[in-house]
Amino acid sequence: MNDLISYIWLIPGLPILAALALTFWPVAKRKGAAWLAISAMALSFVISLFAFGAVPRSAEEGVVTRLIHNFTWFDVGTSSMRIGWILDPLNVVMLVMVTFVSLLVFIYSMGYMEKDPRFVRFYAFLSLFAGAMLGLLIANHLLVLFMCWEVVGLASYLLIGFWFQKPSAAAACKKAFITTRIGDLGLFIGMVWLYGEAGTLLFYDAGQGCLESSSLRLIASLPGMAGMTAAATIGCLLFFGAMGKSGQFPLHVWLPDAMEGPTPVSALIHAATMVAAGVFLMARVHPLLTYPDAGTQALSFITWVGAITALIGALAACAQTDLKRILAFSTISQLGYMMLGLGTGGVAVAMFHLITHAFFKALLFLGAGSVIHGCHDEQDIRYMGGLRKIMPVTFATYGVGMLALAGFPLVTSGFWSKDEILHAAAHWHGHPAPFIMALVGAFLTAFYMTRQMCHVFFGKNRLQERENASEEHPVVPHESPASMLMPLRILAGLAIIAGFMGTPLFPWFQSFLEGGTLEWHGTALFHGSTLGLLIGSSALVLGGLIVGWWFYSSLVFDPLRDKDPLDEKLPAGWFATLRAKFYLDEFYESTVLEGARLLAMGAAWLERHVMIPMMPLFAFGTRIMSWITRFWDEWVINASFDRSCKGIQNQSERVSTVHTGNIQFYLQIVALGFVLLAIIWIWGGGQ
Amino acid sequence: MDTLIPYLLLSAGLFCVGLTGVMLRRNAILILAGVELMLNAANINFVAFWRFHPGADDMSGLVMVLFTIAIAAAEAAVGLALVISIFRHYRSTDPEILEDLKG
Amino acid sequence: MNLVFAIIALITLASAIAAMCLRNLVHCVLCLTVTFTGIAMTYLQLSAQFVGFSQIMVYVGAVSVLVIFALLMTRGGNELNLRDWNPRHWLIGLGTGLLTFGVMATGIFKSSLTRSAAPDSKTESVKTIGESLLNEYVLPLEALALLLTVALIGAALLAMPERKTASSPHSDRPQTKGDPTN
Repeated sequence: MNDLISYIWLIPGLPILAALALTFWPVAKRKGAAWLAISAMALSFVISLFAFGAVPRSAEEGVVTRLIHNFTWFDVGTSSMRIGWILDPLNVVMLVMVTFVSLLVFIYSMGYMEKDPRFVRFYAFLSLFAGAMLGLLIANHLLVLFMCWEVVGLASYLLIGFWFQKPSAAAACKKAFITTRIGDLGLFIGMVWLYGEAGTLLFYDAGQGCLESSSLRLIASLPGMAGMTAAATIGCLLFFGAMGKSGQFPLHVWLPDAMEGPTPVSALIHAATMVAAGVFLMARVHPLLTYPDAGTQALSFITWVGAITALIGALAACAQTDLKRILAFSTISQLGYMMLGLGTGGVAVAMFHLITHAFFKALLFLGAGSVIHGCHDEQDIRYMGGLRKIMPVTFATYGVGMLALAGFPLVTSGFWSKDEILHAAAHWHGHPAPFIMALVGAFLTAFYMTRQMCHVFFGKNRLQERENASEEHPVVPHESPASMLMPLRILAGLAIIAGFMGTPLFPWFQSFLEGGTLEWHGTALFHGSTLGLLIGSSALVLGGLIVGWWFYSSLVFDPLRDKDPLDEKLPAGWFATLRAKFYLDEFYESTVLEGARLLAMGAAWLERHVMIPMMPLFAFGTRIMSWITRFWDEWVINASFDRSCKGIQNQSERVSTVHTGNIQFYLQIVALGFVLLAIIWIWGGGQ
Repeated sequence: MDTLIPYLLLSAGLFCVGLTGVMLRRNAILILAGVELMLNAANINFVAFWRFHPGADDMSGLVMVLFTIAIAAAEAAVGLALVISIFRHYRSTDPEILEDLKG
Repeated sequence: MNLVFAIIALITLASAIAAMCLRNLVHCVLCLTVTFTGIAMTYLQLSAQFVGFSQIMVYVGAVSVLVIFALLMTRGGNELNLRDWNPRHWLIGLGTGLLTFGVMATGIFKSSLTRSAAPDSKTESVKTIGESLLNEYVLPLEALALLLTVALIGAALLAMPERKTASSPHSDRPQTKGDPTN
């Protein structure tokens, strides 16, 4: 089992190989493609379970043991590039979760994408994404993590824009990529800075790694920006990357638009896995953030951003009418909670919520996909309704997911994980505002989810009232096929059970992640404010459910004819603001994008009015040059050469007249020459 | 008679006359005649030097003269045969016809 | 200078010049013969009797006849257009001749060798000539014999008329109709 760490690369490797094979797969063989991807993912899942068993558990509180496998990738001269894999409690839970949810989504997609012509390509992209995400999880080297991070972003781009013929989808995938890229800039700068100070990007390397005490001591002592230490600054910069990927304010604008992609994509990437990558990154570099002398500014920054995100995500979700957009904003809000938990409580708190959120959010998205599929691709909740009776399995599982998200007391996983976060926020040494924001957000979560449930599942079915529905062809909703319902059932079960991993009475999850002995804390409930918080948050949740039912129950409210109750009760314009996502997109459009557009126009003007007129000038210059060269060549060089050749020819013609052919003449000349020679000889040198 | 000089002068004169004839006459046969004349002039030289040479039994000068006469005769024969052959081809003995090497 | 020799020299020189100048070719050859005779007399005057008589026999008897024969055989060409002297380059020729004479004369007069010798009576004997021919000069003698043989054959070959037989170069080619070279 100790060798497992050297083979851990199989976990991302198998899906990547499947993706490569699927790139060249014949388009007609759909079933084969799907089963290839599913089997690769299933194998990865099995290996992840083995890895789960192989991870060492430490008995000491606060000490985590990790399995490391570092090796040399390539040599450059005398130095070499070393990378490695890591297996520790943090990433093994993620591995199990990601492989499992991916497997379910792959199975679900067989039914959902059945009619799509680019079926095989879809599975290729999905496998690529899964492989990259898993690679990100096992990386022991920040650069390898970053490379996988980028590939994950690429896969997200490809999948959001899968139906690229729709202009909105094409725009959305571009927006997603660019917005996350902006965040990645901060990540990159932080990475380079870290490398410059620590000399290595390996996280754990037998004491030499950048997250180990010797490097941290060095980095924490160096000054950074704005009065922070280098460690805190690097932490903030790395968090920028997480802000982009995990949809924190203000880089969250891409997530709602990312719903243009197929619903399995939304379920896998934008609920459970990719958006969790940011949280995972911060959890991975947590030692950097929490080093004693590093200063707590990074953690405070994370906490505040998380809290704000949680609140505005919940607020915007209250006013949306697209089924998936409500869920998207819900995701943004929950991600804010995770960051809040990371900042105030630590890795275990955030990761617990991440795991439970993955299960119930994936459940909700897959359920939404089932609803959309059953309603013949309708996504506006105002045109749904009454699906409780038409799609019972979907209704039941969706209900479980909704309760888990809202945090229904005691039985749902969401309750326990959110409670941990609230507990940590309440006991934070900083400002109490994040805690208040979290509480408000909890209330709102219950409220908007109830609103959604009322619109979609209760009341009368309003599908026929769509504009393009006709009398002759009635649009009748139906339940989804079994391949889509099976994952829903499994996830619903998990949404309930998973919570019991981390109750205060039996905190298995926390001790797994942070080390320490596992024991039954019988009296944990009565410590401090634990019980009070439990009761308080339960009250908030129930309150939100009741208020939601009060506003939106089908007995009271008909979406198509009445104005939204929220719109009536709030001051004028507030609802519209919430609906328009706080006009953030418009703000970006007018500032950042407008600036880019002006720059582009300026460049075009420069090109058209300065560069292009100069071209004839260059052409003219070139022609002059060539004319001069030709002149020189023809009239100076050639002429002189030709002339000299002619001269030689003429002279030789003249000289050749000596050869008269007359032998007597020859003889005369010979005799003359001889006589002259004789004269020279006699009176010259000789005797 | 007392010195070589008259004989040598005679020899030189004959030689030059022969040379001039060779260079200037426009009949191939007379050119050969001029060549004979030159050879004879050289023979006179030989004999004169033989006469004025001490050594009573030294006949080498005369031997050379004999050789020269014989060779000259042979050469005259061959040369005249050539001229006749050329005459047959060109129908003229003018050496200026033979200007194929002109230019 | 000896009077006899002066007369002989004069006759020889005059006839030599005449041989080179006369227009009539036969007259030229006859003068040439007189020149040869004059040279023979010079030989006799120099006590070289054998050589002198050889000269008469060979030159006057054979070479002159040969030349006359050749002359008579090459008549009938375009003699009428002939001019004696080469009109184009006669100056070079004359000049060269005079120059040569001048050089030789200067050499003769300047040299000490030509003044010093006083003639002692030297008699030639044919026996001695024959002995030296066959003892010292046997190799040139044999070569000379070979040369004479070759010259004889060569002259005969050269002067033979061409025979148009199957072995002549042109008849090797197949006869084609309308060939302009034929």
